Amino acid sequence: MTAAVSIRGVTKRFGTDVTAVDNVSLDVADGEFFSLLGPSGCGKTTMLRMVAGLEFPTEGSIQVFGEEMALRPPNKRPINTVFQSYALFPHMTVEKNVAFGPQMRNVPKGEIATQVAQAIKAVHLEGMEQRKPNQLSGGQQQRVALARALVNRPKVLLLDEPLGALDLKLRQAMQIELKDIQSEVGITFIYVTHDQEEALTMSDRIGVMDFGKLLQVGTPEEIYEHPVSRFVAEFIGETNFIDGTVTDDGRIRIGEGEFVYARCNASAGTDVTLTLRPEKVQIHTRNAANIPSERNQLPATITRQLYFGESIYYEIEIPGGEVIDARLENIPSLRRWKAGEEVTVSFHREAAEALTS
Amino acid sequence: MTMLEDPPPEVATPDLEKKAERAEGWRGFFTALPTYAYLVFFFVLPLIIIVVFSFTERSRTGKPLLGEWTLEWWIKLGEPLVRTVAVRSLWLAFLNTMFCLLIGYPFAYWIATRKRAITRNFLLVLVLIPFWSNFLVRTYAWRTLLDSNGLVTEIGEWTGLWGKMLFTEPAVFIGLLYGYLPFMVLPLYAAIEHLDWNLVEAARDLYASAWKAFTKVTLPLSKPGIIAGSILVFIPSLGAYVTPDLLGGAKTTLLGNYIVTQFKSGRNWPFGATLSVTILAVMMIATVIYFRKGGRTL
Repeated sequence: MTAAVSIRGVTKRFGTDVTAVDNVSLDVADGEFFSLLGPSGCGKTTMLRMVAGLEFPTEGSIQVFGEEMALRPPNKRPINTVFQSYALFPHMTVEKNVAFGPQMRNVPKGEIATQVAQAIKAVHLEGMEQRKPNQLSGGQQQRVALARALVNRPKVLLLDEPLGALDLKLRQAMQIELKDIQSEVGITFIYVTHDQEEALTMSDRIGVMDFGKLLQVGTPEEIYEHPVSRFVAEFIGETNFIDGTVTDDGRIRIGEGEFVYARCNASAGTDVTLTLRPEKVQIHTRNAANIPSERNQLPATITRQLYFGESIYYEIEIPGGEVIDARLENIPSLRRWKAGEEVTVSFHREAAEALTS
Repeated sequence: MTMLEDPPPEVATPDLEKKAERAEGWRGFFTALPTYAYLVFFFVLPLIIIVVFSFTERSRTGKPLLGEWTLEWWIKLGEPLVRTVAVRSLWLAFLNTMFCLLIGYPFAYWIATRKRAITRNFLLVLVLIPFWSNFLVRTYAWRTLLDSNGLVTEIGEWTGLWGKMLFTEPAVFIGLLYGYLPFMVLPLYAAIEHLDWNLVEAARDLYASAWKAFTKVTLPLSKPGIIAGSILVFIPSLGAYVTPDLLGGAKTTLLGNYIVTQFKSGRNWPFGATLSVTILAVMMIATVIYFRKGGRTL
């Protein structure tokens, strides 16, 4: 099967010393909800703009269903974009905004009316047709932007942080709605965001970018559970880092001569960093007897308790002086610990990932 | 218990709130007072004076005779000569506005789309440089250029395209175009520079060619600049005096010169006042209509 979007060795340089996108290769499958995730300035928006045709790559190939698009002007691509600021035409009504694409494609007048009405209905904006964008709320503007793009039935829809300007409640509602619309129309979505939670909940797959490079591509679960680098581990969710060295028997030596098991591909003698999510850490009374054998155990001291409502964080000092966080769900039976208490912490062998970069 | 006592005066009550707000209002008024006074003395009062003059008989020297009222001058407005001068002025002002727009828009667009701020500012300074020397001096310079042995005339004769233009309508037109082009470029620049270029990108993304994106998005959204520039060019062009006086001949009298003539050699202050009031009223009404119409579609 041909990929909806196939990016090969794409590099974008601005001037001589800024490399916004650095040799990115990526396939997005037909009908997939793909997110490009990364901090601001990581090159994700530039990558998206190159797919849209608003920037041309310095090097590389961008194919859409097998057709080369790299240097094609935006109006000649079967791709539409939902812009970060919506970019609705302020001098046109909702209806005219939505009709803009079909008009430019010379769709017959009668058909335009039907298509526009359908698109407006799909985003639940009936009755708003004659309003100007400045008479709409942020969420409504968002929907117009979506309708304006979807009315063209593009082969790929690009979304550049489309929910960034909305408040939390509305954002969550729109996340679900976007996802619904996507599965309904079956169009490939490429979604740019710096919000890791948004990427995790909405995407089929995620590509994590930093400094113009694509660091890891995978399902939300792969990215969260098995990050390939410290950056990915830290950027998505919260995590603890514990430095160590791989020993001859495959264990990892940490602190002052403690040994733990972890998922590890590195060879003996390599310095590694363990990444361990706070919610994977459990706290027991010192030398508790009932800890299953597949869990690593470390003697530790509670240094601080942070109350978050739905969960409680403990800062815990482990041997060697490093402090890690444990996140415990605030359930009624939860045993609470006090600062200074001597405990044992445990985590599953598969829960920690040994990273070499 | 102190609960039922009057609150101390610093505490807000509806009355004191009003008082505090009034105090703020007066402060604003006093700040603006010098400007108000200036405008009243040098703008509103003279205006009232010329309105009054337009209804008076004139003395033998042409001065208004207060107390002897007449509608003669308002009726005189309908005379063919007045109409000819008015039509010529309106036509030239209109033509000048159109050409300023045609030349000024691409230029302003080009300046506004330069990436580096320093380039934009440099180009803007170039637009403003003519203002560093006196308008009269510059108009005399044009006189030299357009005269028998002037550069413009020589080029025209060499190419066979035009001859000596000084003291003709084209000379006045060139002078007006030259004089008022910056007034078109500056507001256009401001409007185009403030454009949200995302909108143009959105248009391109929605299958508009570069030209369509310009006509459907850029142009309508720079309308405030087009309106402001057109008003700034049309109004002074209509009342232009120096340019037609120096570059035009006896056959190219425009409203501005016609009015001056009434006050000087024509010895008819009341009629000069009538003409002035008429132009003012026409331009004011036109401006209001223009803004209203513009305001609705912006």
